[in-house]
Amino acid sequence: MPAGRVLAFAETRDSALRPVAGEAVTAARELAEALGSPVDAFLLGPPGIAREAAGLGAYGADRIFVAENEAFSSYAPDASLRLCAEILGRETYSAIIFPASAQGKDLAPRAAAMLDRGLATEVTGLGAEDGVPVAVRPVYAGKAIARVTFTDLPALISVRPNVFRAVKRPGEGLVESVEVAPEPSSQRVKGIETGERETLDVSEATVVVSGGRGMKDPKNWAVLEDLVDALGEHATLGASRAVVDAGWRPHVEQVGQTGKVVSPTLYFAIGISGAIQHLAGMRTAKTIVAINKDAEAPIFQIADLGIVGDLFEVVPALAAEIRRVHAES
Amino acid sequence: MKSIVCIKRVPDSEARIRIAGDGRSIDPSGVKHVMNPYDEVALEEALRLKEAAGEGSVTVVSVGPEASKEILRTALAMGADDAVLLQCAGSPDGLAIARALAAEIGGRERDLVLFGKQAIDDDNMQVPAMVAELLHLPCATVVVELEIADGHAVARREVEGGHEVIEFDLPGVVSAQKGLNEPRYPSLKGIMAAKKKPLEVRDVELPESKVQILSLEEPPARQSGDVVGGGAEAVPELVRRLRERALL
Repeated sequence: MPAGRVLAFAETRDSALRPVAGEAVTAARELAEALGSPVDAFLLGPPGIAREAAGLGAYGADRIFVAENEAFSSYAPDASLRLCAEILGRETYSAIIFPASAQGKDLAPRAAAMLDRGLATEVTGLGAEDGVPVAVRPVYAGKAIARVTFTDLPALISVRPNVFRAVKRPGEGLVESVEVAPEPSSQRVKGIETGERETLDVSEATVVVSGGRGMKDPKNWAVLEDLVDALGEHATLGASRAVVDAGWRPHVEQVGQTGKVVSPTLYFAIGISGAIQHLAGMRTAKTIVAINKDAEAPIFQIADLGIVGDLFEVVPALAAEIRRVHAES
Repeated sequence: MKSIVCIKRVPDSEARIRIAGDGRSIDPSGVKHVMNPYDEVALEEALRLKEAAGEGSVTVVSVGPEASKEILRTALAMGADDAVLLQCAGSPDGLAIARALAAEIGGRERDLVLFGKQAIDDDNMQVPAMVAELLHLPCATVVVELEIADGHAVARREVEGGHEVIEFDLPGVVSAQKGLNEPRYPSLKGIMAAKKKPLEVRDVELPESKVQILSLEEPPARQSGDVVGGGAEAVPELVRRLRERALL
């Protein structure tokens, strides 16, 4: 029997696809290649979203099911489940891939319970054995790595942001419109409140600048904000648990076992000694840079590059040097 | 205000994790276990809601080994009224746990079912929304602000770049994120009182886990790299190395 297709949930916000949508489709494509089967995607959004949806073809979606409704301007969990069930009624699927974003982490378990299927969350690697998906996922915030498989298909999988980098390839997706009623819905999603400036979440940024107790005072964060600014639009702030617990920084920035586990391309650990629960949360970063005055700090044991020194001298110099080389190139 | 809070016994976040001889589980010897930190936040919220309402109850439920009685006692010492341990062996997957909890909670009177947003051991982050779906209850996950009045809930949940506002009528399910409140410590009086509070232990047969662990390994070791120098003089070299790696 041929393997079932792979279905990807493409997340939208404010009538646009979110970057994790391309990542989910890319991950689905990787799994589909291991299974030898096609990829479909599904999404919901306000009228006009179908035009955006066509772009998913470039990430490897063969067909894209789209439900448009004014009510889908905000996250619509119950309608998303109805669309998912409708698609599963048409074809056989081996797996459904969600992004492990705020929305995907809320929706995937609902889908798993509805379908009575197992869910592997925050997956960082995908393959197949005997036509059954095998997923790699960190547990204990990355202190151990589990390989898991599934007793029943479709397997439900959410993929960690920034791990399956969205890859464009030649090809077009066929967009198919599906009618989905917005009601009934057991909860009403009223939309998203953002601060003055919508900051990039630490779990989705490709460059993270994290500060720890070595920053000495919350007032000193201007130094890190300036480095983030020099690094550009893909950079954001992170924080150690110590400074979050001290009330210096909001929990939303915390990296580590009781914060977020992140996999950016570049991670700066500044004034962070490297407690085990912090290392667990950032050890999958591609490149780690440590700046700390204590040469014996555990952070240097996992850092790729480091400077031993006073961060209040090093970090401003670093921001200035980055601006200088960017201005030159 | 009647709340049910689901809590889990997990290794402390500072614990070093070693893989057991079977290559599929962790070696529990010498590992300090605690109540899952996010569950403390969920419990605190339930206690505050009961205190604010001036009436009601807080029931704590856990699925796990006999040793989970310790964290249930802690919950009773913090102020919960009664506790239930659904005793089982092994490490069932999220859906198996959700089914056991839904069966237990489904028959109970409750306004709110609370969870921590995720357990810091298997990091599944799926049981709260599964229980909601199984019980056909509204649900808000990763909640940092919760207002309840006249049987109506307004929750703010953490999403990328902001807070998503969710409204629903009780009963409903909420999973708690750090920042929702600051959990209390059990008082000496609370610890003494907890000894007399009901703690029911029942064996449960869990359905087969649909997610099967094939292997558990330590993460690949990271090579420690180069300290490129000391102080601000080392900055140009650091930047050169980052550009060499096409990172800037």
